[in-house]
Amino acid sequence: MEMERFNITINGKEVSAVKGQTILEVALDNDIKIPNLCFHSDLKPSASCRLCVVSIEGRRGYHTSCSTLAEEGMVITTDNEEMSRLRKTNLELLFAQHRERCNDCIKSNDCRLLELAEDLKVNIARFKDRKENFPEMSFGPSIHFDSSKCIDCKNCVEVCKKQNVCFLTTRENGPFFQVCPSSDKGRDCVYCGQCVIHCPTGALQEVDSITKIEAVIKEGKKTVIFQIAPAVRTTIGEEFGMGYGVIATEKIAAGIRKLGVDRVFDVCAAADLVTMEEAQELIERITNKGVLPMFTSCCPGWVKFVEFYHPEMIPNLTTVRSPQILFGGLTKTFWAGKEGIDPNDIYVVSIMPCTAKKYEVVREEMKIDGNFPVDAVLTTHELACFMKKYDVDLSTIEPEALTPAWGDSSGAGVIYGASGGVTESALRTAVYKLTGQNPANIEFQEVRGLQESKEAVVNINGLSLRVAVVNGLDNAEKLIAKIKEDPTYYQYIEVMACPGGCIGGGGQPLPTDKKIRKLRAQGLYKIDTGKEKRFAHENPFVKDIYEKFFNDEHNVHKVCHTRYLKKDKENNF
Amino acid sequence: MEQIILQLKESGILGRGGAGFPVWQKWESVSNAVGDEKYIICNGAEGEPDVFKDGYIIKNYPEEVINGINIAINFLSAKKAYLYLNHNYYRDNRERLVELIGDLPIEVIEKGKGYIAGEESAICNFIETGIVEPRQKPPFLSNVGLFGKPTLVNNLETFYYVSKISKGDYGKKRLFSINGDVSDAGVFEESEEVTLEDLLRKTGNYPEFDFFVQVSGGAEGVIMLPEELKSPLAGGCGAIKVFNREKTDLFELMQYWIEFIIYGNCDKCVPCREGTYRIYEMVKARNIDKEKMLDLLDVLEKTSFCALGRGVVIPFRSLILKLKFEDYGDGKI
Repeated sequence: MEMERFNITINGKEVSAVKGQTILEVALDNDIKIPNLCFHSDLKPSASCRLCVVSIEGRRGYHTSCSTLAEEGMVITTDNEEMSRLRKTNLELLFAQHRERCNDCIKSNDCRLLELAEDLKVNIARFKDRKENFPEMSFGPSIHFDSSKCIDCKNCVEVCKKQNVCFLTTRENGPFFQVCPSSDKGRDCVYCGQCVIHCPTGALQEVDSITKIEAVIKEGKKTVIFQIAPAVRTTIGEEFGMGYGVIATEKIAAGIRKLGVDRVFDVCAAADLVTMEEAQELIERITNKGVLPMFTSCCPGWVKFVEFYHPEMIPNLTTVRSPQILFGGLTKTFWAGKEGIDPNDIYVVSIMPCTAKKYEVVREEMKIDGNFPVDAVLTTHELACFMKKYDVDLSTIEPEALTPAWGDSSGAGVIYGASGGVTESALRTAVYKLTGQNPANIEFQEVRGLQESKEAVVNINGLSLRVAVVNGLDNAEKLIAKIKEDPTYYQYIEVMACPGGCIGGGGQPLPTDKKIRKLRAQGLYKIDTGKEKRFAHENPFVKDIYEKFFNDEHNVHKVCHTRYLKKDKENNF
Repeated sequence: MEQIILQLKESGILGRGGAGFPVWQKWESVSNAVGDEKYIICNGAEGEPDVFKDGYIIKNYPEEVINGINIAINFLSAKKAYLYLNHNYYRDNRERLVELIGDLPIEVIEKGKGYIAGEESAICNFIETGIVEPRQKPPFLSNVGLFGKPTLVNNLETFYYVSKISKGDYGKKRLFSINGDVSDAGVFEESEEVTLEDLLRKTGNYPEFDFFVQVSGGAEGVIMLPEELKSPLAGGCGAIKVFNREKTDLFELMQYWIEFIIYGNCDKCVPCREGTYRIYEMVKARNIDKEKMLDLLDVLEKTSFCALGRGVVIPFRSLILKLKFEDYGDGKI
């Protein structure tokens, strides 16, 4: 599609704009700074914080640049004495809502409010905090909401609505409406964490797991293992100013070792196992006329969404566990046996791009012989905070290899972190399983990319598979409606709750937006392209496991598979 | 040009909601707007305190209002019109209105909660989603209004006079509600051109004591002194409240305004949500920090999302300026 371009003038400088862009978007594209807080490119502008006001020649008054479309020939001024004064007062009013608890705030390293306070030279205590007695609460084991820090931009409410979850809402309290969880029995949190990465203040954060993990490491009694998810390696660098989409796998390993943990495993290896099992299950469902389409289940936000909002679709979910759970289980069974360590003495920590993963690990049905496969989850953002606490700087650290105990993963395991990646990996292996040959064209481009909804038809030996790949739960909702209309149309469906898949996950660094998600995904595909092995079934580690441990069906069943349950509301306030 | 547009243009009538926009222009722009469907909203929210002219009209002249709406329906070939009334007006008049409306495509609906629910774009959001929040303008409702379709929103009094105009029975009149420290509070029909001083005298309400008035609404109306009443009301809505200057506690008066605002606004934008609350705190404590007050009024006036927030400034600025507030009681400003 041809984009219509024209010029506008901002602060005396002529810049190029695309039709449909707001003034703020044009400014951001051209590195012109306009203070802003409530704007997020994923959401319709609410224009509520009033910090991004600008003046436009020929128009009266000030206009919020986030909600005013750029028009050809516009002449815009972004700053003058009066505008700074107005911004300053509005920011002081924002601080009057936000209780500063900077000392124990996980966002204090990169707080947007404080940054603006410095830029605009505001007195953050000019007005008394009006939310001093506002409550704190947690949603499951995943998300912490300190409502005394909330500035009422309502981005969280918007994004929760966009996810079709509508758990976060507003309630009238005296003369105000305040953000709160819904009391509606039919609405519950799915822990996706999109509220967290759309919150400009730190009012919404992941539930802290650093404290307990730090204690276990310090105690020194357990064999601690950190295992890192695919989508963490191309995002954590952002926290250390390394740019977007930079591959930092081996730097992460080195950084983790500085925290006193030697063993750093790669969850991508387990993703290869998930691929094997999922491809097998898909083939079986097709051959035995089982329930179709089969849904992926690596995304715990999506799983909770199905269990709570669409329990009638539970039979469609693959019984294969997610990579982190499968891997933790394997570590505490096969690996523990091999190393001669009591599984009770192993402490597995997953580094995940995700807040819902904190929920997944405490699901009772995941237990193997009484043990949870994974003991704790740190989000990407938490791991960065953990490292910063110990002055570990990934930008300067010397890379170190991951722990070789588990061998390398294939490229297929790495792309799990981007929407479409699970599907592509499964297809690569399904083709092999059905034909005995690898697909001629290894890259399934139709399922790649950040579009919210993708589709492909794959012909394997006369068998025609129609697959759909969606990210974002609103798109999943639409797809479910479509499936109900025509249950035989699709055979395989991949859903990731977060936009763009795990690279846009709720535990990823801030900011996260469309452009950033794209660069993060590119990083993952670059790793895949560079891998010698790009098929799960060719991974020597996978072959080894199937020869030595998964040769026993019982082991496959207990380590790789699970079940799902219709869920009642878990978060009642 | 259609007959009705000519009549409206010739009458020179301005909208009676308060903004004072020429009625014929609004009608014409909705008429010219492209859309397969068009809607009409007759705004009888009348949510501001001390304004009660629309209530008087809907009680006494419902046929005229319905006729005015019907003229608009025919002119625009509108799909449907909404007669939007506040809780009391709805409760007291609905039954009769439904009877009078008969088969016409007019639905009588009850206003959403809060003062902001009377703002035209908030009405559209309320009808569509049940959520009371104003919209960013542009686009203007005449192009993209209710359900995204061109929509004509006029004040209830405006529709009343449209009916009169179509019958050649206008006489350049308007309705005024008068209350406060007066002997004969009520609604009065008078010439548009009557000076406010004459209006008070003609209705027997001109005080014998030192006084000031608040014009166009008891929350966002402007404060005026007796010597300022020698001209007619230009825009604004027809409402005058008289205050005995000696007996009026200005802090109480300000608290009355600002309490109404903090409970009646939508809380969307920072100046109107937080700024008004901080004014409320100072007024209630009877201790106003001048610098803070001026900063707050400034952001309200210049950065509020909608007219409600901008309007907060009008009574405060005029009170401070005209009533020599710096010498008042223990007011430290």
